[in-house]
Amino acid sequence: MPDPLLSVSGLSAFYGDFQALYGLSLHVQPGEVVAVIGANGAGKTTLMRAITGLIRQAGEVRFKGRPLARLRADEIAATGIALVPEGRLLFPSLSVEENLIIGGQLGRKGPWDLAAVYALFPVLKERRAFPGTALSGGQQQMVAIGRALMSNPELILMDEISLGLAPIVIRQIYEALPGITGEGMAAVIVEQDIAKAQSVSERLYCLQEGRVSLEGRSADITREAIAAAYFGV
Amino acid sequence: MDWINAILQGTLLGGLYALFAAGLSLIFGVMRLVNIAHGDLIVLAAYLGLSVTTALGLHPLLALLVVVPVMGGLGYALQRLVLNRTLGDDILPPLLVTFGLSVILQNALLEVYTADPQKLQAGPLETASLTVGPLAIGVLPLLMFATAVLVIAGLQWMFYRTALGRAFRATSDRQDIAQLMGLNKAHVFGLAMGLSLAVTALAGVFLGIRTAFDPAGGGSRLIFGFEAVIIGGLGNLWGTLAGGIILGVSQNLGAQISPGWQILTGHLVFLLILAIRPRGLFPRIDG
Repeated sequence: MPDPLLSVSGLSAFYGDFQALYGLSLHVQPGEVVAVIGANGAGKTTLMRAITGLIRQAGEVRFKGRPLARLRADEIAATGIALVPEGRLLFPSLSVEENLIIGGQLGRKGPWDLAAVYALFPVLKERRAFPGTALSGGQQQMVAIGRALMSNPELILMDEISLGLAPIVIRQIYEALPGITGEGMAAVIVEQDIAKAQSVSERLYCLQEGRVSLEGRSADITREAIAAAYFGV
Repeated sequence: MDWINAILQGTLLGGLYALFAAGLSLIFGVMRLVNIAHGDLIVLAAYLGLSVTTALGLHPLLALLVVVPVMGGLGYALQRLVLNRTLGDDILPPLLVTFGLSVILQNALLEVYTADPQKLQAGPLETASLTVGPLAIGVLPLLMFATAVLVIAGLQWMFYRTALGRAFRATSDRQDIAQLMGLNKAHVFGLAMGLSLAVTALAGVFLGIRTAFDPAGGGSRLIFGFEAVIIGGLGNLWGTLAGGIILGVSQNLGAQISPGWQILTGHLVFLLILAIRPRGLFPRIDG
């Protein structure tokens, strides 16, 4: 097996005095799509925030073999990790196009630029002068994904990209996914919809109360195993 | 005619108040920092202007070539070394630290320059005027007003048309997500404070040309700056210019009634606007 692109070992994370992750370990291979599932409060979003350096953490996170522990969030972003955050979190005072441009301000080379994002999500081109937050939820999610792609990351973390969206919009977004990962980019997808998570990923981790309760190849994991890992029964 | 003249002179004075206020508005907009030492920094810039003109024999306006970059560099260093450590969820630490900075600045200026009032000598520029019909318009006030308009227009252009402005707005919107875009917020905030104090340098030198100043003069400049920002609406730069003009005109109209009413009228108009429109006349509309 090649060296993992991302390796997380013994990761603990904290919100003040509250510990949200307990010695969690996982890895992502180059170009691989990995799903992370788990109930609300299992630690999925915390894991995303810990990898990207947004919260205090202990343990080891390595990206391309390089430890990230001492890096600030902006330095971690520069190594080639991008996050599509839960709730989209666009910049309200920036237009759609500015939200995308600022995503690419690190200047990393790669296939993604404004034209490529507009080709992936044509509706954004029509709405490019609108304030990012004036769009529908689904369109905002497209902006959030486009903003992350603009940095030409080697690993994209997508946190709850279907949360609160209409089924037809979710389908549109997931239909765009092969166009993203097809470029050789690795992806970690946090998803509440277990069937969806299984169908789009090669491997899957289930979190429960801040720990990995199940991991394996998505195609091989049974519904019963997931149910047991999900609810801890 | 006296009243028209008072309105005109007040409008031009408003330009100086807008220069006092623009730096405050900028840093509040970017990092929600209320800088209690802002007035003292204006006075510091005036004293720097004094030192440069004395040492190099330059005209005060030429001294700006030195004072503006020095104040800008000072702002960046101040933000990186001191103020960034105070920023967080609690708004009290930056207030206390900038209050402390204000006390330190006043006493340091007192120690170095004594309490004697000083003035920057700008020669014939101070008394030059243009005659428009029955009105005489001072060249210096006109220059201050034009500078204020240019500064506000420049800041507005920078905010909405440049990568730096985008970084300011993004960091102001969501600091954590802005970091994920590769923006080092400590550096972005440093640049904002550097820019703020560069504008303050203009305000300080114009203040020094227009009137006598002493180390204790920062407080009233801070209040005029605050009033202009709040009248105009927090975070709106053109609003800040409008706020400065409203304050300047109010003061001059008050002075028409009685010289003792000049400052009080400005404060009363400010209070009235605050009571009717607590968010100012032109608040920034957040998405």
